[in-house]
Amino acid sequence: MDDDVILLDFWVSVFGQRVRIALAEKGVHYENREENPQNKTPLLLEMNPVHKKIPVLIHQGKPVCESNIIVQYIDEAWHDKSPSLLPSDPYLRAQARFWADFVDKKVYESAKKIWMTEGEEDQQVAKKELIEVLKVLEGQLGEKPYLVGESFGLADIALIPFSMWFHTLNEIGKMNIERECPKLAAWVNRCMERESVSKTLPRPHKFYEFILEMQKKKGH
Amino acid sequence: MADEVTLYADGRSPFVCRVKIALNMKGIKYKNMEEDLQNKSGALLNYNPVHKKVPVLVHNGNPILESLVIVEYLDNVWERVPILPQDPYEKAAARFWAKFIDDKCIPALYKVFSSKGEEEQVITEACEQLQILEDELELKGKKFFGGDNINLVDIAADFIAYWLQLLEEATEMKLVTRSKFPKITEWAEGFVNCQVVKEMLPPRAIMLAYYKNRFGKI
Repeated sequence: MDDDVILLDFWVSVFGQRVRIALAEKGVHYENREENPQNKTPLLLEMNPVHKKIPVLIHQGKPVCESNIIVQYIDEAWHDKSPSLLPSDPYLRAQARFWADFVDKKVYESAKKIWMTEGEEDQQVAKKELIEVLKVLEGQLGEKPYLVGESFGLADIALIPFSMWFHTLNEIGKMNIERECPKLAAWVNRCMERESVSKTLPRPHKFYEFILEMQKKKGH
Repeated sequence: MADEVTLYADGRSPFVCRVKIALNMKGIKYKNMEEDLQNKSGALLNYNPVHKKVPVLVHNGNPILESLVIVEYLDNVWERVPILPQDPYEKAAARFWAKFIDDKCIPALYKVFSSKGEEEQVITEACEQLQILEDELELKGKKFFGGDNINLVDIAADFIAYWLQLLEEATEMKLVTRSKFPKITEWAEGFVNCQVVKEMLPPRAIMLAYYKNRFGKI
C-alpha cells in the first residue's frame, strides 16, 4: 500500500538518496520532509532515538532506520511491485548484502578523508586508499552490467549515490577517478540511465558547492 | 544432492560463534576447518581475498562472508527454525539492532579494554551503548530480543553475553554489573544457557587465558 509513507531526509546525504532511488524504483508515493542536521525536528528524534540521523522511512507510523536496511524493507514491503531490489537466489542475495555493507565500511570513510584531511601526505594516502577500494568494486563488477547478478539492485543502490562525489573528489584531490576506474565509470553511466537514479541524485557541482561552503565555515 | 557445508573458523571468535549457533539451531551438518589466524590457509585467502577473515561459510563451493550475512543466508536456505522474523517491519528492526550491536556496541566495548580502561570518556561511551540495549530489553519485556526464543539480535549480541564477562574477569574490570544493567545480566544468563548456544561456546579457560595474555590486568 502506498498510503502513509514519509521520508525524513537531507538533500545532500548519499544514504537518503539510496532510499529515494529504491522508492522511485518501486514507484512508491511518499512525502519527503527535509531535515536540517543543525536543527533536528522532534519527529526525527522520536523516530530515530538511537542514532538521531536521517534517512528515516516512516511507513504507517512506524520508523525504519539505516539506509541499506530501509532499501531491503522497501523491497519486502512492496514485494508485489517490480522490480525486485534483491536477487531471488539466496547466494546472490548474500553477495548483495556483503557488497552493500562493503560500500558502507570502505567507500564512505576513505572518500570523506580526501576533503577532510589537511596536508599533502595524508591526502595522498586517502586517495590511494579510495582508488584501491574502487578497484575492488571494479573487480566485483567484472564484465557484468551491475554489481551482483544481472539486475540493478541493493549493491548498486548502495554505491551509486557516491558517484555524485566524484567531481568533488577529482577537484579537491586532484585525481581522475573515471580514468583510474573506467569500468566503474561505465557502470555509473549505465545506472544514470535509470530515471530513479538520474532524478534522485543532485548535480555533482551542487555537492561540490556544498563541500566548499562547509570548508569555508571551517576556515579552510 | 547432499549439501556440502564447510565453515572456516576460529573457535574463540564470537563472530564465528554466531554462525555456529545458527548452524546448530537449524541442525545443519557442516565441516569445521579451524584456522590459525597467524598463518591463514590458502583456502581461506582464496575464499575471502577482500577481508581475509573468518568466518567464511562455503556451501556447495560458494563462499559467503561476514557473520551476519552468513546467518541471514542460512535462514534463507534452511527455512526451519527461523532466525529472522517474517514480518518486514520486524525484520528491519532485527537487522537494525544487529547492526547497532556490530557498529556501535562491540567497538565501544573493545575500546575500553584496549585503552586499558584509562579513559573516562571511552568507558562512558561504552556504557551509553549498553544502556540503549538495556532500555530495549526493558521495553520488550521478554526473555530475549527475539521474544521467547533467540533471534538474529540475540545471536549478534553473543559477545556481550559471554565474551565480555570473560574479558572483564581477565582484566579485573567490571562494566556490566547486575545493579547497573539488570536486564542485560538476566538476558545474558538466559542466552548462554540455551542448549543451541551452550554447545558452541569456547571453554572459559581458553578465553580467560587468551584475554589475560592479550590485555593483562587493568
